[in-house]
Amino acid sequence: MKKILVLLLVSCLALGIAGCGGDKKEEVVYVYSWGDYLDPETLKIFEKETGIHVILDEFDTNESMYPRVAEGAVHYDVLCPSDYMIQKLISNDLIQPLDFNKLPDAKKYIGEEFFKQANHFDPGNKYSVPYCWGTVGIIYDKTKVTDPVDSWSILWNEKYKGQILMQDSARDALMIPLKLMGQSMNETDKNILIEAQAMLKQQKPLVQAYVVDEVKDKLINSEAAMGVVFSGEALIILRENPNMAFAIPREGTNLWIDGWVITKNAQNVDNAHKFIDFMCRPDIAVMNFDYLGYSTPNTGVKDLVEDEELKNSPIAFPSPEVYKGQETYQYLGNQMDEYYNSLWMQVKVD
Amino acid sequence: MFNRGVRNILLTPFLIWAGLFIFIPLVCIVWYGVTDYDGNFSLANLGLAFKHGYIDALKLSIVLALISTVICLLLAYPLCLILTERQRDNTTIISLLFILPLWMNSLLSTMAWQTILEGNGIINQLMRLLSLPDLQLINTPGAIVLGMVYNYLPYMVLPLYISLTKIDRRILEAARDLGANSWQTFTKIILPLSIPGAISGITMVFIPALTTFVISALLGGGKLLLIGNIIEQEFTFQYDWHVGCALSVILMVFIVLNMLLTAAFERKEEEP
Repeated sequence: MKKILVLLLVSCLALGIAGCGGDKKEEVVYVYSWGDYLDPETLKIFEKETGIHVILDEFDTNESMYPRVAEGAVHYDVLCPSDYMIQKLISNDLIQPLDFNKLPDAKKYIGEEFFKQANHFDPGNKYSVPYCWGTVGIIYDKTKVTDPVDSWSILWNEKYKGQILMQDSARDALMIPLKLMGQSMNETDKNILIEAQAMLKQQKPLVQAYVVDEVKDKLINSEAAMGVVFSGEALIILRENPNMAFAIPREGTNLWIDGWVITKNAQNVDNAHKFIDFMCRPDIAVMNFDYLGYSTPNTGVKDLVEDEELKNSPIAFPSPEVYKGQETYQYLGNQMDEYYNSLWMQVKVD
Repeated sequence: MFNRGVRNILLTPFLIWAGLFIFIPLVCIVWYGVTDYDGNFSLANLGLAFKHGYIDALKLSIVLALISTVICLLLAYPLCLILTERQRDNTTIISLLFILPLWMNSLLSTMAWQTILEGNGIINQLMRLLSLPDLQLINTPGAIVLGMVYNYLPYMVLPLYISLTKIDRRILEAARDLGANSWQTFTKIILPLSIPGAISGITMVFIPALTTFVISALLGGGKLLLIGNIIEQEFTFQYDWHVGCALSVILMVFIVLNMLLTAAFERKEEEP
């Protein structure tokens, strides 16, 4: 034990001396991203290639990330929020425009259609580079569901009472009845929203549970006949439970995009650009894709994927029809956010 | 025991503790509860609590907490009687078995109940083995009550057991000598003397059951919200500390009410 301590001390000292020896300051970049949203191997490569040390912190929801950035208690350089949260960060002046001259790989490899889609929440594509994207759909057990699954309306089918899992989040929950009514998922007309809420209340007796991350376990164990899931989750469930199938309802769905942004008060702006561009390099993007399973906007990835099954998976690489014309969440302002939340809360209390 | 100076010195750490970690937080909660975003005085938060059906959640919480308290009492009382009757036998083992769940993280044991009660859980698999129809167990009020009883039963057993063992055996012998049968001994002597223990047991079960949010979140499937869940969501998910605090204040009123009731009850007992 003593020996180990001495060894530790000595190595600490050695490191300290080495640290002092170099006359230039150590280069760092502070990254704040979703939990488990990067292949750790890629960070090692980045550090080796550039000498920039990556300090990675993780968050579990956009909402928990926001106040930490807004309060400025910790200085992060790079963030990876979702669409509507990027818009919120822009509108509250918390992130800065990117210098695309420093992002050659982003310009070269990120699909044009994703920049176009990102236009909805980042007008002019000044602030963000798409990193992952996906859809929301219905995953169902082929042995239990006999009707064709091509519409959100199946979630209101009495036949599947107690067999339906819904997402426990205001925007995702209200998106479904809104789409079913043919309305926008960014609706701000309170009358329409109340109508959508009424549909959710009416559906409640059929719902087994409102879930977040548990949805994967429950569906892998065949706890329910169907559930509303994100496409990345669907891939994991399908891998584990071959009875399942995934469908995107014809009324439309949420096309979500998570993107890299640089904070307003970033201290390492150059390094942040280097980091974002590195993440867009196809050989790195493919590592992250293999690790995560989420769809990538990177056009260079598909050719590099070795697993034939994954390469041909319509969930990992959907055909353009799937996402053409789909909506993406937008930030609707603080008051509307609260209104959505209170509507959803009332459904759950009801 | 101590002179005043020593007593004051010994008391100071506790007073500082109570001030910093009990009194100031309470003031903050009340303050947040009666102010709006701009810090102006407002009763809107309290009003909101009565609007969104939050009151229904409070009612549900009270009903479920009451039911589980009664079940705990009914389960614990006979057990404690038996434990005191056969004092020197294997009581340590029995009481250990009842205290054991306390040593386990309650989150883990509640998750274990999840796997037991699920649609494809252990109970339903047994039912299928016996060719019986499946039961809908999880995501029901019953599942939440079960979780509460499992988690809080030790808190009922401990004070009851202590108050029952404190009863002087000679009083019971005297009652027998004077011709009381077992039933009379129980109703006239054991029951009245064990009431203080029962009351602290009731308080120790009722209050955590009333305020829980973990048990209802795990066993209620997000469909059955208790007042604890609503407060938790107001804080974490909606970032509305004002409404969250207002609801906490309302909940505190019920807790204080419960404590006043038990205190009044105890005082009545002490009077001859």
